[in-house]
Amino acid sequence: MTPDPTTTPPAEAASAAVPDPTGPFGDFGGVYTPETLQHAIDQLAKAYQQARSDPAFDKQFTQLLRDYVGRATPLQSAQRLTEHIRAADDCPAGKGAQIWLKREDLAHTGAHKINNSLGQALLTVRMGKTRIIAETGAGQHGVACATAAAFLGLKCDVFMGTEDIRRQQPNVKRMELLGTRVVPVESGSKTLKDATNAAMRDWMATSEDTHYIIGSVVGPHPFPMIVRDFQAVIGRECRAQCLDQIGKLPDHLVACVGGGSNAAGLFYPFIDDASVKMVGVEAGGRSNQFGDHAAPLTYGSPGVLHGSLSYVLQNNDGQTAPVHSISAGLDYPGVGPEHAYWHDIGRVTYTDCTDHDALEAFLLLTRTEGIIPALESAHAVAHAVKMAKDLPTDQTLVINLSGRGDKDLDEAIRLLGM
Amino acid sequence: MNRIDRIFQDLRAPANEGGGKALMPYLTAGDPSVEATGRMLTAIQDAGASVCELGIPFSDPVADGPVIQASMTYALDHQVTVGQVFEMVSRVRPSLSIGLVAMVSFSIVHRIGLTKFVDDAKSAGFDGFIFPDLPLEASGPAREASAKAGLILSMLIAPTTPDDRAEQIARASTGFVYVVSTSGITGERAELPPELPKRIQRLRGVTDLPITVGFGISSAQHVREVVSVADAAIVGSGMMRRVAQARAKSEDQAVKIVGEFTRELASGLSPTAGASAGG
Ligand SMILES: Cc1ncc(COP(=O)(O)O)c(C=O)c1O
Repeated sequence: MTPDPTTTPPAEAASAAVPDPTGPFGDFGGVYTPETLQHAIDQLAKAYQQARSDPAFDKQFTQLLRDYVGRATPLQSAQRLTEHIRAADDCPAGKGAQIWLKREDLAHTGAHKINNSLGQALLTVRMGKTRIIAETGAGQHGVACATAAAFLGLKCDVFMGTEDIRRQQPNVKRMELLGTRVVPVESGSKTLKDATNAAMRDWMATSEDTHYIIGSVVGPHPFPMIVRDFQAVIGRECRAQCLDQIGKLPDHLVACVGGGSNAAGLFYPFIDDASVKMVGVEAGGRSNQFGDHAAPLTYGSPGVLHGSLSYVLQNNDGQTAPVHSISAGLDYPGVGPEHAYWHDIGRVTYTDCTDHDALEAFLLLTRTEGIIPALESAHAVAHAVKMAKDLPTDQTLVINLSGRGDKDLDEAIRLLGM
Repeated sequence: MNRIDRIFQDLRAPANEGGGKALMPYLTAGDPSVEATGRMLTAIQDAGASVCELGIPFSDPVADGPVIQASMTYALDHQVTVGQVFEMVSRVRPSLSIGLVAMVSFSIVHRIGLTKFVDDAKSAGFDGFIFPDLPLEASGPAREASAKAGLILSMLIAPTTPDDRAEQIARASTGFVYVVSTSGITGERAELPPELPKRIQRLRGVTDLPITVGFGISSAQHVREVVSVADAAIVGSGMMRRVAQARAKSEDQAVKIVGEFTRELASGLSPTAGASAGG
């Protein structure tokens, strides 16, 4: 659905000031959850407000991001990838933007997910709660939560669809090794959305001593705001690194979008920089047919799922559509409400990338830069390569390399027929 | 006057000898089939139910426990649509006197469009709604649309709901107040929480609406305990668990079991066991 240009405010109207205390991002977001969860949500909103205005919390979080997660993650010039693009037959002379990589794959546990898991685990301790729960698809958020739980001495249960447990065995073992209980979810499609349902259900009965660490910028307010804020360290670092290493702001930012947390984390600190263009890349899957992809902003429309109003993939009756992606971390029928807002006001462009193109980019980055990316991140790489060919060589493009590909080796090798 | 309001008014009338209390069975529309659900509505009416909470199947029912979720998944796996449910209700409505309340996720309502959904539900013969995932703050437009159509909108009060908020929810509700007996999700429980009577007493102070209790009620004894303090008992998981067992045999068996279980539960409506309360 493209926004009607006559009614859409200009991109300058985008603001880093949303949401207000009630939680809407423009028309999107809000709270659509059972009354049983309301109390836990109110409690979280209060705890977060307090933490946010407490310099001690910020100091503790920043210190752990440095000493434990290994931040700042580097901003790396992708020289051979850039040269490869410029040398391609379909790249006109004078074209081929300079590509940079924001190396979230180098964060502890191998993806950006740890930024949010650690932040919310600290909030859990602040609230005096002793147990965390989480949903996971690919297992990256689950591993990040299991890690934060081990580090802070919290009990941790991770809900995971049985279909994903089968597909992502190494991460299941990793979580169990860290002392986390992986709870198999048999209901519905047995994947990420069902794991999210199961985690919400658990929370309804356990919020007294349990915090639910949602894994992306989705769910009821204040979750999308909290996750964005904890991930915004990516964009803040990147902005400073661009000014320092390149001497100017980047011209383009590209990130993959599942729920949208790595993208929101990178984009948010640049939202008020009107010169910086941003692209979110969704999972285009096998085809643009309903059920063959996981691209709600590209092919879906506004609807309510998992506690907030955003773009979703639903049938005409409001039933959540089946989704498909080569990458389990993007295999989700919804997307964060702030992305829906950025989409509708035209501040960020959203597109999709097929399984096939993502796999090709996976191999390309591996062979040109010696970095095996997560299949999720490979979606951003694929689109960036395509974009760069139409951009002048003096423009810079930053790809958020949200994670490393170790978890995807079996799947990628099988698909590449190696 | 809305049918739900009238049902409770009649129950409360001094002349009523059935104890003045109501049984509200829950059924998932389309489990085992939309047609069977239609027959179940007649069966529960004959067995002493006053109102049916009719669940419209949803792919992601976060507020519901495993039994009701499995029931909804079963219906959706058999291609049940909202349109079919409305069509069935409009077909059986003329032969029914019980109240019909649609329990439906706001995801479905939003997709179809609030006004259209409310209008279609009204023409089909529904008397009101429960939107289990629509909290007070977001309920304004839905309350307005329901009121305009002359339908009731009952909102849930949880055990974790603070007193002042519970009062606001009670005041914003129409038809009846829905008190969730225990934290967590729907499902059968061995015992009812001891603090329940006190919670209901408090609500009596702020609302004249009938107070119904749901979540975890699954026997005539539970019903008796609940209606000793509340106006109605809602029974969901206990009902749908029996449906799931019976449908393996046949749809007829599932319809029969729903009638029998309702009759058994209805015996809990009157202080003396055995009597079948009027609907
Ligand atoms: C490496 C990586 N990138 C991206 C994602 C997608 O999530 P989000 O869109 O919230 O960043 C995931 C999710 O598991 C992931 O593991």
